[in-house]
Amino acid sequence: MKTELTVNGQTRVIDVEPRTTLLDVLRDGLGLTATHAGCEHGVCGACTVLVDGEAVRSCLILGVQADGLDIRTVEGLTSGDGALDIVQDAFCETHGLQCGYCTSGMILAAHALLRVNAAPDEEEIREAISGNICRCTGYQQIVEAIQLAAERIRTSNTLKAGEVVK
Amino acid sequence: MTDQQRRFVSTNRRVREDRRFVAGAGRYVADLDMPGTLHVALVASTAPAARILGIDASEALAMEGVVDVLTGEELSAAVTPLMNGLDTPLVRRFPLAVGQIRYAGEWVAAVVAESRALAEDAAEKVRVRTEALPFVIDAEAALEPDATPVHPEHGSNLLLDRTFDWGPVAEDFAAAEERLSLRVTWGRNSTVPIETFGVIARWNPWEEMLDVWASIQMPKYADQIARALKLPGNAVRVHYDVDVGGSYGVKRGIKHTVLVAYLARKLGRPVRLIEDRLENMRAGDAQGPERIFDIDVAFDRDGTVRSMKMRALDNAGAYAGRAPFQLGKPIGAIVGPYRIGSVQYRAMSVTTNKAVQEAVRGFGQAPTNYAIETMMDRVAAHLGIDRLELRRRNLIRAEEFPYTIPSGSTYDSGDYHTVIDKVLAHADYEALKAERDRLRAEGLCAGIGIAACLEPSGGNSSFEPLLNEKNRTSTWMEGSRVTIDALGFVTVAIHTTSSGQGHETLAATVVGEELGIDPDRIRVTRPDSLSSLPGNSPVGSRMAIMLGGAAARAARNLKRQLVAIGAHAMGIDPDTASYEAGTITAPDGRSIGWDELVDIGHRRFHDLPSGTNPGLTASFIQQVPTGVALPKDGKVQMYPCYSFEFHLVLMAFDPVLAKPEIRRYVIGHDCGTVINPHIVRGMTLGGIAHGIGAALLEEFTYDEGGQLMTQSFLDYLMPSSHEVPSVEIVHHCTPSPLTEFGQKGSGESGYLGAPAAISGAVQDALSPWGVTVDKLPLRMSTISDTIADAETAA
Repeated sequence: MKTELTVNGQTRVIDVEPRTTLLDVLRDGLGLTATHAGCEHGVCGACTVLVDGEAVRSCLILGVQADGLDIRTVEGLTSGDGALDIVQDAFCETHGLQCGYCTSGMILAAHALLRVNAAPDEEEIREAISGNICRCTGYQQIVEAIQLAAERIRTSNTLKAGEVVK
Repeated sequence: MTDQQRRFVSTNRRVREDRRFVAGAGRYVADLDMPGTLHVALVASTAPAARILGIDASEALAMEGVVDVLTGEELSAAVTPLMNGLDTPLVRRFPLAVGQIRYAGEWVAAVVAESRALAEDAAEKVRVRTEALPFVIDAEAALEPDATPVHPEHGSNLLLDRTFDWGPVAEDFAAAEERLSLRVTWGRNSTVPIETFGVIARWNPWEEMLDVWASIQMPKYADQIARALKLPGNAVRVHYDVDVGGSYGVKRGIKHTVLVAYLARKLGRPVRLIEDRLENMRAGDAQGPERIFDIDVAFDRDGTVRSMKMRALDNAGAYAGRAPFQLGKPIGAIVGPYRIGSVQYRAMSVTTNKAVQEAVRGFGQAPTNYAIETMMDRVAAHLGIDRLELRRRNLIRAEEFPYTIPSGSTYDSGDYHTVIDKVLAHADYEALKAERDRLRAEGLCAGIGIAACLEPSGGNSSFEPLLNEKNRTSTWMEGSRVTIDALGFVTVAIHTTSSGQGHETLAATVVGEELGIDPDRIRVTRPDSLSSLPGNSPVGSRMAIMLGGAAARAARNLKRQLVAIGAHAMGIDPDTASYEAGTITAPDGRSIGWDELVDIGHRRFHDLPSGTNPGLTASFIQQVPTGVALPKDGKVQMYPCYSFEFHLVLMAFDPVLAKPEIRRYVIGHDCGTVINPHIVRGMTLGGIAHGIGAALLEEFTYDEGGQLMTQSFLDYLMPSSHEVPSVEIVHHCTPSPLTEFGQKGSGESGYLGAPAAISGAVQDALSPWGVTVDKLPLRMSTISDTIADAETAA
């Protein structure tokens, strides 16, 4: 079924089997492998992407349903030249990850939070990532990363979540 | 070398691996795009035990895009059985069931198709005719003389029954003033990584080479593949440059690998199997220990614990594998941090009709620590002595190291009393007790839990020869190679996959330290298995010790070469030359810099001192410190290094709802010299999260019909950011005398004591009712029912 997908600002029309999840379309159809499969039943959050700015589990919507929506994945946060955006850099600063598998989803969940809340407290951060399971870190360094990113965004005149550290 | 002299070790440097992961540029096995790949889906058994009468794949094979359907009969004729740890040759295990099904979910056939979706569609069309057989789920039932053997050829369900007597147990029990008995049960949980296991195999018939890419954390993986497929060892090439999305012990998909490797050879195309979550949960063969501990302890009224008899009965599941060895590793710390003079340990492992048990973080140590710490709490309660005071009286003292325990292991170093004192001071223990009492006065159940325990590290697998006398293993070496190229840049080769432990950061840090070069300028590579030095993968909390040791010593060897070259060029004795950040200096102040040394090493053989090879490279194979001998008289040095952790937890819950809430969590941690503080902190915090899961939430539950009830993340509950509290870490450093920088292991930290501490807090909260709950996970319903029963009885 012909589907118009806008991913990371680029619009493409591709043929999508109606039963295919958005997750599989991103990975297998578009080669965007930063979005990971974890449970494939909407619990772990590893496949989180941004749909019109909201954190959404890409294993729970079909590719054809994404027609016309604005989808962002972790690949869209950077320009591909080795620079990191402010949230990604904060995750590196606090080591808010280990194996990296849940990290894409965590970073996008953080973006979804920081878009609507510039100064989240710890409880709000924990709530925002509570749908994303991490088995490595125990979450603490992730919470610290998001606190750090929020602070850096607040104290920066130029950078917003999603923009790139020069 | 002191901390002050170190430039990079123990400093808060970023973890180099993080950059690619935050960019979504990790290279996980499911990300690999190989043209022409075929996909596998599994036909799983619905019965826990059955005889296979026939498999009809005709309908599946007729579907468009379906290439093959493989059965156990065909596969078992072509490959050898998967490796058993113990000498149990009649417990035969193949990737697919052969003749008999032994657990619900076991793979009966593999469907190969052009896409995973097609393979799944076709798997539903495979008809398996079976005849139901009796089955057994419970470990104690499996021990009964009339129990149905899971493997009739083996004769019984007993895989291992070995009793060790270390020291004068009978005399100590006779002499002791008091005795008590207890039983605690560790539920079947696992680490359940978010990435399932996956593997791709490709056969090249012209080179006769099998290439394997896998989400693997397994010692001797390539060897096992070659053996199973009857290939020469140098015909199997495992690619270590695959990022592993979490493992913590369990990513050992040898059965998956043998299956796809066979198919890749048979079909002449790359074959890929990426477990879906259901396959992972019920038949990934990655569930952890499930253990009943029966303990008798003998002690005096002053609190001195004299002797312990422990029987550990472990439910290995349907096949043997390495599971029984998880009863062996804890022998290396069987008395925990305590001066217990004698121990009787009976290790029993049985087969049942459950999924196969695999290695889980700590390799059996976390359950054992839970049993020991519960025992200490019971002794304290029995005597009316404060739990902390009881521990203090029995802890090994700092001046007693190195300290040899009854089972033969010598603990390298430690200062347990100081760590505990630091934690109590940090937490303000008196205030914490006052807070507990205040919560109780509010009508809540509140309790404080403590756990003092060890993390044996540096694993040399001595439990293998200890439990299987045909096994002669006395090394578990790790190699690394360091090279300076002709432009003067440094590259370190490491020979393993990693699953988040930061081995690239580790290797770069220690080599940078030795050579005096910024680690950020050092490249770390992962050659494939055929281009690698010998190694044993990151198990047993060993890589800081073993890879860290190998890389540091290879770098030191290289430094010696540089000093020899520089000294020769200046016409001085190398012993009088000094090395600082790549420059060799003579006593008279003359010096030769890095570029000149590199030029000589790579281009000017005529300027090399005699006996020096050109090319500036060095390799080192690190033997496990202390690993020199096979077991004798049932005793062995198990692991070389012993990290210590002390947990202090305050919990509270409503007596009716019993939803446990962790109000405060403090851990004192001493793993010797820390190579990278971010990594060690993350391991400790993540280990505590695992421990919270094991203590309160996580269990692979089977019903009476032998069906796994927790097949998804909706049923198998894992801690989220709401359940894991902020944890305060109190750091202490007692260097190991056995390692390059004084480092010990930390990969299992947190997990080894958190379940014991959380259980202790719940028991303390229940103490006003005089009841205990002695099975993990501690379910809310069990806690509230126990309280209700106690109140009814009162």
